[in-house]
Amino acid sequence: MSANVFVWVEQHNGTPLSVAWEALGLARQLADGGTVTAFVFGQGVDAIAKAAFEYGADSVIKADDATLASYRFEPYVALLTGLVKDYQPAVVLAGTTTSGRELLAGAAADLDAGLLTDVTDLSLEGGRLKAVRPVLGGKVLSVESVIGDGPQFATLRARAFTALEPDASRGGTVMEAVPFLAEDEIATRIEGTEVTSGKVGLTDASVIVSGGRGVGGPDGFQPIRELAEVLGAAVGASRPTVDAGWISYDHQVGQTGKVVTPDLYIAAGISGAIQHQAGMRTAKVIVAINKDPQAPIFKLAHFGIVGDLFEVVPALTEVFRQKLSR
Amino acid sequence: MHVMVVTECTPDTEATVTVGPDGKLNWGDRLVVNPWDEYAITEAILIKAAHNGQATVIALGPEEHNEALKHGLAIGCDQAIRIWDSALISCDSLVYARAVAAAIKQLGNVDLVIFGREFPDIASDQHIFQTARKLGWNMLGYVSKIEALDFTAKTIRVRRLVEQGSQIVSSQLPAVISVLKGINEPKYPTFIGIRKAAKAEIPVWGPAQLGLEAAALTTKTKVMGYRELPRREGTVQIIEGATAQEKAARLVDTLLEEKVL
Repeated sequence: MSANVFVWVEQHNGTPLSVAWEALGLARQLADGGTVTAFVFGQGVDAIAKAAFEYGADSVIKADDATLASYRFEPYVALLTGLVKDYQPAVVLAGTTTSGRELLAGAAADLDAGLLTDVTDLSLEGGRLKAVRPVLGGKVLSVESVIGDGPQFATLRARAFTALEPDASRGGTVMEAVPFLAEDEIATRIEGTEVTSGKVGLTDASVIVSGGRGVGGPDGFQPIRELAEVLGAAVGASRPTVDAGWISYDHQVGQTGKVVTPDLYIAAGISGAIQHQAGMRTAKVIVAINKDPQAPIFKLAHFGIVGDLFEVVPALTEVFRQKLSR
Repeated sequence: MHVMVVTECTPDTEATVTVGPDGKLNWGDRLVVNPWDEYAITEAILIKAAHNGQATVIALGPEEHNEALKHGLAIGCDQAIRIWDSALISCDSLVYARAVAAAIKQLGNVDLVIFGREFPDIASDQHIFQTARKLGWNMLGYVSKIEALDFTAKTIRVRRLVEQGSQIVSSQLPAVISVLKGINEPKYPTFIGIRKAAKAEIPVWGPAQLGLEAAALTTKTKVMGYRELPRREGTVQIIEGATAQEKAARLVDTLLEEKVL
């Protein structure tokens, strides 16, 4: 049974998120002969509309306006709700990001539609979405389904689905949409933004190097950062190091931090408390470095080094630097 | 000035969770106040104190959620309300949002609603944004700091923490916010607070009282069952070596051979 699928191509300052391309890849499968429509909101987003075709969209709905330049809940939700009413897609997808969670939840509320958040597997059965979602701190999987009539919404965990190889020969129709709210109807104003520049974001990272209590203090993250830099990796941290003020909260991986799915997760000086495991156990390959051979992290890891992280991590940095520069 | 905080109890975050042969979850039955809500409740109390207002704590669910409500009362909330009825047993985020929004409207004078970042049991925060939408209020999610709050001018300015960095955003009250860890140092109840909360009568509001008709109780999503996580194959391979350099070199070779990088 074919289905028309909408995909939100989330962008910030002209940079699209890779989870949007993953969503387009999944949308192609779900559509099964139906139309895949990417929707892009922002200001000056023509290049993103073009890229959406290359990653699998048949058509693009573009809303290009100053009121939409940066994501804000009220104007984005009102516009998406209006578009779903007009075009009646069977399925609406976005990545599980802070904005994706808010936008799809808001529009699903307006439309009294079913929403499945942060899914790691998604299919259509008899026209209804069926998903697998990690719940209870990622300790167990919940199988959930949308029931009843109407449009259906889902947000996809980053890196859980595969994007198509971009095909530059693909193209299609671009439809223009106009904002639903005018600036004087929007109460929310963005007064300032501090972009964490030059750093790799945790949720998008293919490699993460994390430090735990074993780093001993704020300076102990220096070797972790150096290894991360050589690998082009993001820096993660366990809760005790954040609680102790050694590193900022945006680095925290785990139940009360971020949930990550990198190809490689290097845990240095992390014992592997169940709350930390909740954030990283779905990593494809886990490497543990710890002085204590009994640390629970070794039960989860694929590869382990028993040793002092202050010797092992700089040694790894050195070896990677040599091997990767060739 | 009236601030409302929404809470729940959730299985102990340190509990091991398994799926029984009957497909039901086993988690040791020990409930705790949602750890995210400790920040939300504390923030409500700080605002109440700073603005000489009142604070209400609310939860939707069966009697076991009274523990979270009593935690709120023990710390300083003025009243607690529990929304419940057997018709809400398979409640999804939409029904949740309609019911909580109806309770907030019934109270009449609420200026600000605070949620903790998410409900860890269902691993979702969608009910927060849906409550804002059902109220027709402004929504500020993922707040790491309230920079300014003026109940006379009805304005709020917050710092939001998003993937790209942090944002300063202003909006108008009434509004719904969700707060992050680190927004405050959570308060813990005093002995006197706990005794006072233990004696409190917590009213239960049902759908009839909230003016919710049958259509408002229609769910759109359903939990079909639970599965355990796929087991990791094999055990950890410990990389041996005489020195850290030797171990590091062997690990890097192994990772490159297996094309991890």
